[in-house]
Amino acid sequence: MESKLLVTVSPHIKSPMTTQKVMLNVLIALVPAAIASVILFGWRSLLLIAVTNISCVLFETLFNMVTKRPNTVADLSALVTGTLLAMNLPVTLPLWMAVVGAFVAIVIAKMLFGGLGQNFANPAILARIVLLISFSTAMTTWAKPLQWLYGEANTGATPLASASVMAQTSYLDLFLGNKGGCLGEVSVLALLIGGLFLIFRGIITPTIPFTYIATMFVFSWLFGADPVAEILSGGLMIGAFFMATDYTTSPFTEKGKIIFGVGLGLITAVIRAFGSYPEGVSFSILLMNILVPYIDKLTRTKPFGRVKV
Amino acid sequence: MNATSFGKRSHGGARLPHRKHTAELETVAMPAPQSVTILMSQHIGVPCKPVVKVGDMVKTGQLIGQSDKLISAPIYSSITGKVKAITEVVADNGSTVEAVVIAAEGEETLADGIAPPKIDTLPDFIAAVKASGLTGLGGAGFPAHVKLNPSNLSEIEFLIINAAECEPYITADYRTLMEDTDDVMGGILLVKEKLGIQNVFIGIEDNKPKAIELYTKLCADKAGVSVAALRSRYPQGAEKTLIYETTGRVVEEGKLPSSVGCIVMNVSSVAFLNSYIRTGVPLIKRRLTVDGGAVNEPKNLIAPIGTSVKDIIDFCGGYKEAPKKLLMGGPMMGLALPDDSYPTKKSTNAILAFTEKECREAPMTNCIRCARCVFVCPMSLMPVGIEKAYEARDVQTLKELKTNLCIECGSCSYVCPAKRKLVQSIKLGKALILEDAKKKSAQKPAEKADQKAAAEPEKAAKTEKKADGPKKAAVKEEAVKEGTDNGK
Repeated sequence: MESKLLVTVSPHIKSPMTTQKVMLNVLIALVPAAIASVILFGWRSLLLIAVTNISCVLFETLFNMVTKRPNTVADLSALVTGTLLAMNLPVTLPLWMAVVGAFVAIVIAKMLFGGLGQNFANPAILARIVLLISFSTAMTTWAKPLQWLYGEANTGATPLASASVMAQTSYLDLFLGNKGGCLGEVSVLALLIGGLFLIFRGIITPTIPFTYIATMFVFSWLFGADPVAEILSGGLMIGAFFMATDYTTSPFTEKGKIIFGVGLGLITAVIRAFGSYPEGVSFSILLMNILVPYIDKLTRTKPFGRVKV
Repeated sequence: MNATSFGKRSHGGARLPHRKHTAELETVAMPAPQSVTILMSQHIGVPCKPVVKVGDMVKTGQLIGQSDKLISAPIYSSITGKVKAITEVVADNGSTVEAVVIAAEGEETLADGIAPPKIDTLPDFIAAVKASGLTGLGGAGFPAHVKLNPSNLSEIEFLIINAAECEPYITADYRTLMEDTDDVMGGILLVKEKLGIQNVFIGIEDNKPKAIELYTKLCADKAGVSVAALRSRYPQGAEKTLIYETTGRVVEEGKLPSSVGCIVMNVSSVAFLNSYIRTGVPLIKRRLTVDGGAVNEPKNLIAPIGTSVKDIIDFCGGYKEAPKKLLMGGPMMGLALPDDSYPTKKSTNAILAFTEKECREAPMTNCIRCARCVFVCPMSLMPVGIEKAYEARDVQTLKELKTNLCIECGSCSYVCPAKRKLVQSIKLGKALILEDAKKKSAQKPAEKADQKAAAEPEKAAKTEKKADGPKKAAVKEEAVKEGTDNGK
């Protein structure tokens, strides 16, 4: 017989799950939040999502061209970063700033560290923080939701930034997203649908979101805040389900994920209670991202039947 | 006793497609082929020396190879004919091995003196097991007379019969369970009685409900024998996993099952043992599954040991289309063959021929650190960390991560969405640890005594040069092959 057989190391069958499908699942899970953002903030949300996605894909392609590497956009991770970035921007943000954010996320946070899976920090989080520090006003100008419905075009504070706004906002408003905030963070309902989808599909385990939200709840309560309002507002839900669960920047083991989640909850609650930036979620995720290698080392699995040396 | 449900272990194991297409296909006996190539090393341990010469006439069941070393097993002719050649051939694992080639001639006749062995005492029994040529039929090929003769026999509490057959496609053990029921039960009771073991578990994965039902019934009036219905989670049939799932005991690294009072035997091995005691016909043929999209008629068949893959495929109606991959063994741990001239061994439980379509896989990407490999590893290792450490040639971390404990079941590579070649990296990582140990022991020969662990594999590495090809040789060969494949 002609010798054209493939000779490779076992195993010879592979699961149908691929990097691309993982990313596709995350994208699908973000669809409810994207729809919610369009309903709440109008078509400009979609424009923003398109701009960040297109620029993320372009930056990754350009980077690969410049560094003479095969193009990696087919793994869809650039689209995940692009969509998550858009979800972390206010709807009124000038488009060029969104492009700057995409540059920071893809080129600085991801590709310079070696691309997919090599970054130490969540690209979208890092971009959000860089944009916030660089363009504070634009990044904290919040359009009132449902303006197309009520016909008034104005802006206001987010419930977290202003006690009086918080007082006027009901739990239901907080839950549905009828509040000021970034595109994708406002509708807790949409994020929960997406988050549960990810858990149900086996893409993420509930460990990080659960420990994060639970710790946050407990500490907000200890610090004298309204714990229900705290977990329903700001970027907590999108952070807990979509950003903190990013494989690359979260620990391997379930034990590590618990430590990670508790750390996130604690830092977020502290920043919200005592910090001057209304950025508990992004800062806590960035800080915990940096600790991941250490958490991983601390929580290595115990090999079955190992003998301690 | 009733079937008990086992498999509560939360960590580890992969959900695999079963693809047991041949499960209900009754076994057919394959007639003796025109020629057989019988390897002199078909087991873990010392290779045999041929005891026949070119031109000798041999009968079926006649001794053709043996060794005076303990860890070895005699080898018998599987057909009647003339010794055509005694030559070196490349075995499925890539090592070079001596082989006796026999061309069929004359009528199939059993060798003189084949008769049921006379067994009175335990040493008689062990001698009979050795004479039978039995080596583990589940795949590893460990000589049975060594396994059944542990130094702490009085401490052995459990005989565990491995009928998990957790690899996809393979149904040979299942057919043994269903067709050779008397031999299976006879063999179990024989070993139980001869060795004086109190408890027997027959571990069967719950994707074989008919077998579980049948054996639960058969065990009902057998004191101390029960069926353990195992959750279908690969690799349920891995020795240490099986021991843990049935008895809750953990075999420590570097130790044998006997250290926790267990002996594990493959179901086809016990069935063969019973037939040997009945008839005196040594291990010259075995049941194997032939399947895969490139085979015309998938089958379970009993073929003489040493039959070439080509003859077996021809017996199964030939190729449906040109195969892209030929496997000896299952899809998770089997070896890919460069062509179909390779002969079967005592441990060959399956031949799979995959089409180009069945071999297609998604492109490899960077590791996305999803930790699926960590979650499925039955040994609770961190394949992702081992891969990184191997890439950095970091021997210290490779050791810390207990790379040596990996059983190469393939679960990590299977689940990896990034399609990383984890098993390959781990195998190479093991080789790196060995190399490092060798270097160190060469530097400080005085400390050699401390490095018991290091010295043992070293022995294996030495014998490898003498072309007996235990696993280590396979690792290197495979790595080389893989390398050239990537180079295309």
